[in-house]
Amino acid sequence: MTARFAVGDSVTVRAAFPPGHVRTPFFVRGKTGRVAEVLGPYRNPEELAYGRKGEPALALYRVIFDTAELWDNYQGTGKDTTVIDIYENWLEPEEEKV
Amino acid sequence: MPHDHPHDHDHGLEHAHGPHPFQPDLEEAPLTHYQAMTQAVGDLLIEKGVITADELRAMLESIDAKSPAAGARMVARAWTDEGFKARMLADVNAAAADLDIDAGGIPIRAVENTEDVHNVIVCTLCSCYPRLLIGLPPDWYKSRAYRSRTVREPRVVLAEFGTTIPDDVEVRVHDSTADLRYMVLPRRPAGADGWSEDELAGLVTRDCMIGVALPRSPGTKSRA
Repeated sequence: MTARFAVGDSVTVRAAFPPGHVRTPFFVRGKTGRVAEVLGPYRNPEELAYGRKGEPALALYRVIFDTAELWDNYQGTGKDTTVIDIYENWLEPEEEKV
Repeated sequence: MPHDHPHDHDHGLEHAHGPHPFQPDLEEAPLTHYQAMTQAVGDLLIEKGVITADELRAMLESIDAKSPAAGARMVARAWTDEGFKARMLADVNAAAADLDIDAGGIPIRAVENTEDVHNVIVCTLCSCYPRLLIGLPPDWYKSRAYRSRTVREPRVVLAEFGTTIPDDVEVRVHDSTADLRYMVLPRRPAGADGWSEDELAGLVTRDCMIGVALPRSPGTKSRA
């Protein structure tokens, strides 16, 4: 399994809302962050949750977001960040964003 | 016997208002679906001889016995041994094994507080937590308020815990949504020069490793 993204890449989380056991929080869907780390292959939790094998495994990334970009009227500072572990099937290159 | 006895003996004036309500029994609420399933699976495993009741009990006892002491030992070692700290930041589970601590099979990541960054851990989707190193999560960690507000207004939540982070320090929230668990490696407080590892470990509490508190500088009196 080759990871599609590398550290530093800008990635946009898919703004999708499928049913099922999804590990991508709602508040980052449609948001753009940067790959902070490529964690390697992990079995797909959306499959594992239903007793299936979770294969093929997906690359898992740590994606860092500017917190102020995630929320309207964020009350912290512009430096604050939020880091979330996101599986590759939820990420797109930023330029594909419409 | 129910607590409905007449007040013919001296209870003091504060009890003159009559019988007080019962503390509800644990069984008062109906079993949830998953509680019933857990109970049934446990019973079946015992009935079929897969495990014994004593093994099940011992496992629960061992899970309940996990405490933040293991994580605190690791933090204290990292404060006194740069090589260990580097290993811990690279691979917590392997570094734990160096100290004969079993961190389990789920990969754990330590995130380091610095002059410029303060880290705090949350699991917005459930209650993921590095239990083998810092024990069972407190109830508030599992509450909807903590899970939703820590990502939305982390500085306000931290201030409610008594932890005010200056504006020139980045607050970095880690949402453990997937296959890793996180712990904070706090900064060593000033005033503990020459302290032994054991003494330093005493400064490292559960909340410091979640990131909602900072290790207290020695000499700072607790008001508790």
